[in-house]
Amino acid sequence: MSTLTKYSAIPYTGPAPTNREPFVPADAAKHDTRGEELAAQLGNVAQERGQDLPTLVADKNDIVNVLTSLKTSGFTLPLDLWGVDYPNRDKRFDVMYQLYSLQNNERVRLKVRVGEDESVPTTTGVFKGYNWFEREVFDMYGVKFDGHPNLRRILTHEQFQGHPLRKDYDPAQRWLLTEQGVAKLEPKIDPRFENVDTDFERVTLNLGPSHPATHGTLRIVVTLDGETIIGAESEIGYLHRCFEKMSETHTYQQVIPFTDRLNYCSAIINNVGYCMAVEKLLGIEAPSRAQHIRLMLSEFMRLSDHIICIGTNLVDMGALTNFWYLFQPREEILGLVESCCGARLLPSYTRIGGMAVDVPSNFLENSQRLVNMLPKFIDDVEKLVMTNRIFRDRVDGVAPISAEDALSYGFTGPCLRACGIPFDIRKASPYLGYETYDWNVPVAEGGDTYARFLVRFEEMRQSLRILQQAINRGLPPGPVIVDNPYVALPPKEKVYNEMESLIYHFKMIMHGIQPPVGETYFQVEGGNGELGFYVVSDGTKNPYRVRVRPPCFPIFEAYTEMITGQTIPDAIAALGSLNIIAGELDH
Amino acid sequence: MPIQKIENSDSIIPRKAGVAPGEGAEKGLITLPGESEREVEDLAGASVLTTQLEKVVDWARGNSLWPLPFGTACCAIEFMSMVSSHYDISRFGYEVVRFSPRQSDLLIVAGTIVDKIAPVLKKIYDQMPEPKYVIAMGACATSGGFYRAYHVVQGIDEIIPVDIWVPGCPPTPDGLMYGILKLADKIKRGEIKRG
Repeated sequence: MSTLTKYSAIPYTGPAPTNREPFVPADAAKHDTRGEELAAQLGNVAQERGQDLPTLVADKNDIVNVLTSLKTSGFTLPLDLWGVDYPNRDKRFDVMYQLYSLQNNERVRLKVRVGEDESVPTTTGVFKGYNWFEREVFDMYGVKFDGHPNLRRILTHEQFQGHPLRKDYDPAQRWLLTEQGVAKLEPKIDPRFENVDTDFERVTLNLGPSHPATHGTLRIVVTLDGETIIGAESEIGYLHRCFEKMSETHTYQQVIPFTDRLNYCSAIINNVGYCMAVEKLLGIEAPSRAQHIRLMLSEFMRLSDHIICIGTNLVDMGALTNFWYLFQPREEILGLVESCCGARLLPSYTRIGGMAVDVPSNFLENSQRLVNMLPKFIDDVEKLVMTNRIFRDRVDGVAPISAEDALSYGFTGPCLRACGIPFDIRKASPYLGYETYDWNVPVAEGGDTYARFLVRFEEMRQSLRILQQAINRGLPPGPVIVDNPYVALPPKEKVYNEMESLIYHFKMIMHGIQPPVGETYFQVEGGNGELGFYVVSDGTKNPYRVRVRPPCFPIFEAYTEMITGQTIPDAIAALGSLNIIAGELDH
Repeated sequence: MPIQKIENSDSIIPRKAGVAPGEGAEKGLITLPGESEREVEDLAGASVLTTQLEKVVDWARGNSLWPLPFGTACCAIEFMSMVSSHYDISRFGYEVVRFSPRQSDLLIVAGTIVDKIAPVLKKIYDQMPEPKYVIAMGACATSGGFYRAYHVVQGIDEIIPVDIWVPGCPPTPDGLMYGILKLADKIKRGEIKRG
């Protein structure tokens, strides 16, 4: 029970936000210069200034050339491709591309403006990963891609009408799918196996959408020749919960619970990513105490994510003991989260500008207890499986992917690091002070299932290293949320006792946060790789557009290629090691 | 007690051997449950426990549910917590998780059901043999949750009948456990009569 206390007048003396003013990022000048260089180098592109990334605008007919020359000049990782709808404009759609250069550690954003009846040439020839991304833009906006090998709906179902992310689409308009309407998938036979004559009959087999080994709801159709998979096709969208459309109909704070449910194994990382994107748009920074809590809980969530991945992957291979054994420390981690905010799995603990509440006084002791306890569990499981002959036979060299292919698909996170590429957002563009901690990026060679296991085990140890240092530093004193009534709710006691706070509280509930007009992108290292949030504000209380860059999406896209030529048990082992989270995959 | 095939499925009173239905009541051989028990006990003494056949069957069914987790989303992770070591549903006897609808009698719908997977859920329910029970786990399965959206089924009772709704987003493992125990109670009380 809180006691009533008399407070002085609210201390906030800063300016009130003047919305509908353009958002100017702090480092815009740097990006403008870099954008000029790139524009001069490419020749036929315009430049957009004052953005948080070097931003180029290309003509739709040039896009393949522009992307190809960017790829040859080092931008080898296609991070994202998405659309934005501006219905009042002459050319209403923005098709946006984001590329990353591993050599220079820099990003570039490309825009192509298209009208309603126009189409864009496909870029699947440049980056393999853009196949699904283009299908998604087609599904959501109806933008057609000329020359796309398989341009059909990806997230919504076959009997869906219209394109839901268009601004004129009613968010609640549903279309029913009947059983007769479900499309039959015919996997294309891989050319390597087309003319091979074996004694076996070819069989087409469905894995999923309800299958014990498909974590969540995925559907894979494979054609088998004996035991060998000679062709595979995957279908997603069985958990398309319309995150992006829902974000547009809710206020900035209300989007936070939706972000939890993207990667539900490591929910706080999603919260942090989204909140930091909006904070970037608002030009504020969370207090140092909140940042420290965010960092610690993010690392605990990464541990929990990897525990689920390793545990369930081993269950699929028949090693049930590890699952039960590893879930014990995981429950402890969830208990720690519960002690902080009252929720276990999906805590929605962060707020824009900080955290919802402060951590309990014994937070550091509990964390220390966990950090002391976890290495034993990790070591035990590693000893149980990594030198186990049966296990090694099932994972060594299974479903490998080359570093080139992984990059072309847009892999990030542990799956990319298992191919020998040390790309980690926490090192490449540090946030929350990761640069001040002493830790290493684990990398493995080979890109096979075994390598992915190795990377995940080592990453858990590195997370523990970070956590130990964070505990040693202690929590910085101070508040956990910014003292700005236009961003955060005033404390309840003040609301009950002060007129100003009551008004701020009312204004915040009714009008929400109103960031300046503009667009921004922020990325964090999620459990599976780069988790990015692209937020567009039009100065109102609802986001104009929230785009999530789900790390699973390109990874699962490559899955069919990875398992072709393997057997069904290999495919199951590989699927678990990729850690596909349906909530994130289908957003 | 000899167990006989009951021709008239509406009657819950087991009939004695050799007596044609319809004759019993006039001859006083079949009476109301309480009275018949007393009658038999008088004959056989205290070593025989008498009850109704349906009650025994319901008791057995309620104590050995074989769940099929139709896990699509976050709730499936909490379901995993419930079956694993810390919460350990096997203390109650519901740990025989089967992924085949042919082998299970309790469908736990854990997670959001979207329009794309709705026909699959219906098919899985249809494939389950009778008697079958359904638990809608979490806000999404119950009502669509906070996804009032173009691709989300607003509660699975649009498609299949539901026996127990478990609230929460996601429900805690103990919440789901409580739901299963409530279902067991309901079955044991004979409140669920289908098939």
